[in-house]
Amino acid sequence: MSEKPNLQIDQDIGNFSYDVDYKYDAGIGLTEATIDYISDVKEDPEWIRDFRKKALKVFESKQTPSHWATKDLETIDYSKIRYYLASGQQASRTWEDVPEEMKKTFDRLGIPEKERKFLAGVEAQFDSEAAYSNIKEAVSKQGVIFVGSTEGLHKYPEIFRPYFGKVIPTGDNKYSALNSAVFSGGSFIYVPKGVKVSHPLQAYFRINAESFGQFERTLIIADEGAELTYMEGCTAPKFETSTLHSAVVELVALKGAKIQYITVQNWSSNVFNLVTKRGLAMEDAEIKWIDCNIGSHLTMKYPGVILKGRRARGEVLSIALANNGQHQDTGAKMIHAADETTSNITSKSISVGTGRATYRGLVHIPKHLKGCKNNTECDALLINTHSRTDTYPAIVTRGQKNSVQHEASVSKVSAEQIFYMQQRGLTEAQAMSLSVNGFVNDLVRQFPLEYSVELKRLIDLEMEGSVG
Amino acid sequence: MYSPLEMNYLEIKNLEAAIQGTPILHGLNLTVPKGEVHAIMGPNGSGKSTLSKVIAGHPDYEVTGGEVLIDGENILELAPDERARKGIFLAFQYPSEIPGVSIANFLRAALQARLPEGQQLDAVEFYEKLYKKMALLQMEKTFTSRSVNDGFSGGEKKRCEILQMAMLEPAFAILDETDSGLDIDALKIVSEGVNSLRGPNIGMLVITHYQRLLNYIVPDKVHVLVDGQIVRTGDKSLALELESKGYDWIIQECGASA
Repeated sequence: MSEKPNLQIDQDIGNFSYDVDYKYDAGIGLTEATIDYISDVKEDPEWIRDFRKKALKVFESKQTPSHWATKDLETIDYSKIRYYLASGQQASRTWEDVPEEMKKTFDRLGIPEKERKFLAGVEAQFDSEAAYSNIKEAVSKQGVIFVGSTEGLHKYPEIFRPYFGKVIPTGDNKYSALNSAVFSGGSFIYVPKGVKVSHPLQAYFRINAESFGQFERTLIIADEGAELTYMEGCTAPKFETSTLHSAVVELVALKGAKIQYITVQNWSSNVFNLVTKRGLAMEDAEIKWIDCNIGSHLTMKYPGVILKGRRARGEVLSIALANNGQHQDTGAKMIHAADETTSNITSKSISVGTGRATYRGLVHIPKHLKGCKNNTECDALLINTHSRTDTYPAIVTRGQKNSVQHEASVSKVSAEQIFYMQQRGLTEAQAMSLSVNGFVNDLVRQFPLEYSVELKRLIDLEMEGSVG
Repeated sequence: MYSPLEMNYLEIKNLEAAIQGTPILHGLNLTVPKGEVHAIMGPNGSGKSTLSKVIAGHPDYEVTGGEVLIDGENILELAPDERARKGIFLAFQYPSEIPGVSIANFLRAALQARLPEGQQLDAVEFYEKLYKKMALLQMEKTFTSRSVNDGFSGGEKKRCEILQMAMLEPAFAILDETDSGLDIDALKIVSEGVNSLRGPNIGMLVITHYQRLLNYIVPDKVHVLVDGQIVRTGDKSLALELESKGYDWIIQECGASA
C-alpha cells in the first residue's frame, strides 16, 4: 500500500496519486518466487510460466550496458522494486465498473472524454493491470481484437503465440529480458485482413505506486491489407524514489498492412524509461513510429523496423525534450532485409538547462540487397549553454545499389531571439515554448490533430517549469 | 488592465546606461508626447541603438541612473514583456528569425499574451484585422504563413516589423535604424507603412543615422544624440542641416560648450 497522503498535486498534470487497495502485491525484489506469484495470480499457461523463468535467467546473466550507455543505469536497484501490483479486478468494459480511485485518476487525465470524442477503443492500465478495456461495437464487429495481453494470450493463443517474442526475442537486451520475465498488462491487437480501423485505438499507462516497476507488453498484428493507428500516453506521480518503466512492444504488419504507432509520454522526473519497440514489416507493408518523449529521468528507446518484405517501408518520427536533470537517449533502428525497402528517420531533440539529448541510430543495409533507400535527419535545439546534445548515427551500408542520406543540424535558441519575442509581449516561458513548438512544427503537422494539441500543451508546461 | 491608449507621454530623465561596464548614455533627457513623431539622429557610437535597447529592457544593458517613464510611471524595473504589454514597441534594426513559427501564429501569441487570463483571442476577428492591416501595408496574404523573418530579405524583415507594429497597436514605437539595409524602393514601402500608422494614438521615436529616411517619415521634432546625450533639438530643418554639414560641427560645438 502506498503511504502517501490521499491526494498530491502540483502544477504537473500527471503528478498526483490516490491511495489504492492492492489485493495482489508480488512484494519487493525479483526471484523465481516473484515469477511464480505473478504466474499464479494471472493463471498463466505453463508455456508462459516457462517463458518467464527462462527470461529471468537471461536477465540475470546479462550485464548492464556499459561502454556505450550512461552510467545512470547502474543506479537502478532491482532488489528494491515492486514488480506486480493489482487490485484483482478484471478490466471493466464500462467506466462505471472501474474502481473509484482508478476511475478518478483517468477522469483527471481526460481519458473517458477523449474516448467519446475520437477513439475507436481504449485500454487504461493502472500499475500492473488494465482497469478498463473497451472497443466500440462497430469496430469489434469487423473482427478487430483489442484486449489486454493477458486476455489475449488466454483467449486467442492461436494468433498470439506464433508472434509473441518473435520480433523482439527475450535476449535482445537486458530490459527486454526483464520485461519477458515479469510482463503484465499492455495491449493485444489483431486487425483482420483488409480491415481499416478509421479511428485510433488508445492505451493509457498510469503508474500510481512508489518504487514500482511497470512492464507492459504489447503485441499488435495487422493482417494483410489491414490498417490501424495506435496511440499510447503515460504519466506517473513524482515520487522521491525511482520508478521503472520497461515495456516491450512488438508490431507485425503482414503484406500490404499499415501500422502507425504514436507515443506521447509524459513521465515524471523519477522514472527510468527503458523500452524496446520493434516492428516487422512484410511485403509492401508500412510501419510508422511517432515517438514523443517528454519527461522521465532517463529514457532509452530506439523504435525499429525490420523491413523483411520487398518494398516494405519504415519510418520513425522522434521528438525528445530533455529538461533540467533529464536525459533522453533516443533514436531509431532500421534493418533492411529485402530489396527496394525504404526507411526514413527524422529526429528532433530539444535540450533545456542541464538536460541532455542523445540521438542513437542504426541503419543496416546488407551487401546483397538492391534498391534500398534510407534518409536520416537529426536536428537538435539547445536552450541555454548547459545543454548537451550528442548524435551517434551508425549507418552500415554494404554494396553499391542502395542510397543513404544523412543530415544533422544543431541550433540554439539565442538570448536575442527570446528578447525579440519578449519585446512583443510574450513571457520568457511563452517565448521558449514558441521556439520549441516552431522547431518541431514540421513533424507535429504530421500527427493527428488531438495529439498535436496535447503535445503543444505538454511543451508549454515543460517550458513553464524550466524558467526560474 | 492598463490600456496603452490612455498613455500620453514617454519621458526619459537623466538616463545613464552601460554595456559590459562601458558607459554609453550619459544623462539623456527626452520627452515624446503621443501623436508626435520624433527623430533621433547621431553619428555612429553616439548611443542610438543603446537607447532603444534600454527602453525595451534588453538584458545586456545596465541602467546606471535615471528613469524611463510612461505617464510618470518608471518602467525600468519591468521585464521586457511587461513593458511591451504596457505599449512599448521596438522595431528592431536586426530582427530575429523564429524558424517554424508563422507570422500569423506569432502575432496571435503576442495578442493572446495581452488578454486577461482565461480570455481567448477570437480567431475570426484576428484574421479580419490581420488582413485589413496587410492590405493597408500592401502585403500578400501568403506572407503571414511564412516563418517569422526566416530567410527574409532585408526589406521583408522591416515590413514584417511594421506589420507587427500595426497589429499590436503600441502607444509608443521605437524604430531603430529601420532604413538600414533597404534600397530606395523598399524604403518607400516601409515609410508609407509607418506613415499610415501615424495618428493621435501613437508616439514614435525614429532612430536613424541618415536624413534620407526623414524625407519619407517627416518628424515633428529632431534630436541630435552625441556621446550619450541629446545635444540639440529642432524641427525637420535640423536634419537637413545635418545632412549638408555632417555631424562634425555639432560635435565641435557641444565639445566647446562642455
